[in-house]
Amino acid sequence: MTASQIFFLLFASATLVAAYLVVTVRNLIHAALWLVASLLGIASIFVLLDASFMATVEIVLYIGAIAILIVFAVMLTRRVMEDVGPQRTNTWWFGAILAILFFASASTLIWLTQWPTLPEGDVGNTVLILGKSLVDPSKYVVPFEIASVLLIVALIGSIAVALPSKQSE
Amino acid sequence: MAHEWIFIGIILLFGTIFAAVPLVVNTIVAPKKPNVLKNETYECGMETVGDTWIQFKVQYYIFSLVFVIFDVEIVFLFPWAVAYKQLPFFAVVEGVIFIVILAGGLLYAWRKGALDWV
Amino acid sequence: MPEVRLGDLLVSLYDLFGWGLSEIGLNPSVVSILQKLVAAFILTNFCLLTPLLTIWLERKVSARFQDRLGPNRVGPFGLFQGFADIVKLITKEDITPAGADKTVFNIGPVIAVASVVGIWAVIPFASTMVGTDINVGILYSVAVGAIGTLAIMMGGWASNNKYALLGSFRTVAQLVSYEVPMIIALLIPTLLAGSMSMNTIVQEQQVWFVVAAPIAALLFLISSIAEVGRAPFDLLEAESEIVAGFHVEYTGMKFGVWMLAEFLHAFTICALTAVVFLGGWRGPWVDQYPLLGVVYFLTKTYFVSMIMLWIRVTVPRVRIDQMNDLNWKFLVPLSLVALVVTALVDKSIPVDFSIGSRSLILFLANMVIVVATLLVLRGISRKEQAAQSELQAEVNSI
Repeated sequence: MTASQIFFLLFASATLVAAYLVVTVRNLIHAALWLVASLLGIASIFVLLDASFMATVEIVLYIGAIAILIVFAVMLTRRVMEDVGPQRTNTWWFGAILAILFFASASTLIWLTQWPTLPEGDVGNTVLILGKSLVDPSKYVVPFEIASVLLIVALIGSIAVALPSKQSE
Repeated sequence: MAHEWIFIGIILLFGTIFAAVPLVVNTIVAPKKPNVLKNETYECGMETVGDTWIQFKVQYYIFSLVFVIFDVEIVFLFPWAVAYKQLPFFAVVEGVIFIVILAGGLLYAWRKGALDWV
Repeated sequence: MPEVRLGDLLVSLYDLFGWGLSEIGLNPSVVSILQKLVAAFILTNFCLLTPLLTIWLERKVSARFQDRLGPNRVGPFGLFQGFADIVKLITKEDITPAGADKTVFNIGPVIAVASVVGIWAVIPFASTMVGTDINVGILYSVAVGAIGTLAIMMGGWASNNKYALLGSFRTVAQLVSYEVPMIIALLIPTLLAGSMSMNTIVQEQQVWFVVAAPIAALLFLISSIAEVGRAPFDLLEAESEIVAGFHVEYTGMKFGVWMLAEFLHAFTICALTAVVFLGGWRGPWVDQYPLLGVVYFLTKTYFVSMIMLWIRVTVPRVRIDQMNDLNWKFLVPLSLVALVVTALVDKSIPVDFSIGSRSLILFLANMVIVVATLLVLRGISRKEQAAQSELQAEVNSI
């Protein structure tokens, strides 16, 4: 077993444990913090995959922005410390079946797909290649611009939902 | 590539240990004489009224929402900026269009009053 | 045996250490790990000990600004005041308030320090002395800084104190908002250097980027002062409003560790400014003697640090709505304009222009933006004045 395999097992199991704690811990803030831990684990797996850019983006966006938003939303809600209700609903078995089905189909897909593999050795500056293909008309320029529009839609939507309307004041 | 991150892993580990050591020394060296009054929540001498985790203004939340959107957009621009020197003019213009759409979102939030502190 | 060059002493010692280890017969990868461990140990010590000097310098200089003497009892010129403070803090009782979330309360300050120390891994001290030169250096420094924000939120929340929680909320509103102009300002040097690696950015600065992108440099400085939460942006620990903000319940060394994180973060921001905009280790004779780069780099860092101190002791604290407006209605639009103008102008300059004339053209373009901004601001303030005097006239007529 090579060092990177050992590290992969280490990070992957840490991610899984943290992810498990996210859904089982009763304190909501603790759950959000475990989510951060599991996202950090994913970032370190990206590092092992030589995807430095993806790893930093994972930290900047998911921990620096989205996790903070989640922690913050939890802080805004009342009585997070007093969550003593049951952790399962009556239809938990339905959710479990759905989860198993999803897991089975996803893993079959992953198993059957012919994944493109990286060429051996140095592939050059991956960020540079990514940047070029993002604005290359024959590659991803349309998704790139659409992403911008999509984010504006998200912005408008979130403002419409979160901003208290003037009539209600 | 990944080996470049070994140093970062080591230094994060050292940073954690070095920050934790003074705290441990503190717990060993310092006196421990807790009493009920001392352990109370500090509010300039007044007694705390009600729960700490009370509801605060939703205003704070809107700013973090706007921030998340902007953060995602800017991260998209980093690969573009790295490739900038080797891009033809029209590719740079594509990036500029991306930024202009972003600015349009900012203008919308501004006009809507989402950026005002009330 | 590698030769020892006096001009590059530290790197030579590093190589010599590795050579010695491999002579004993150790595996090359083990040798490289051991080398890295020693280097990281020294770097972490540097990070945690510099704040002692910076804090002394700050207290001394800000005392002079305010016509005081500053620390002058412990050691020559009060130089050992920091050590005395550490001894005091370490022997103080450590109080955990009742109802606090103990685990989160305790790991908050540790994460804050670790995240700032992590930034130093990518900062180049000299052309040959850089912890690790990853190709996403700039974005990494932003990413690790974001974890520090989370640490502050953890500390504020876990204290079980309304003031602390309010401090946490202000943190979110401020630190998170000012990250936007900060990242956009960092995009401009990335674009000019064509790389996110710190060392490449320094190498590309034959002319310092502060010339080609003065607006970006200023934006970065302002928004990073807000990121660190220092005066005039110290709303998250405003003593007169919310006592001390997120660290109101921290005592003893835990409080000390928060302070350490804050001062180290401020110093780190200065170092980043020096690297990205002031040419980092660049200076005369640095090619022959790379060790000189460390001197240049630290001089520039302390120079920026003094500017920050100057701002701190001069400008009063801003109000929260002003803080907000300044960011979203001034810094963010300005940074977007600066980015677009830099991208378009730099691409329009013919490729055969020298680096000097290129920087000059960009500088002029920046100046045009400055003038336009000032004109717009003047127009707005005139409109406001007109509205004010109209209101006054109406009041008078009644």
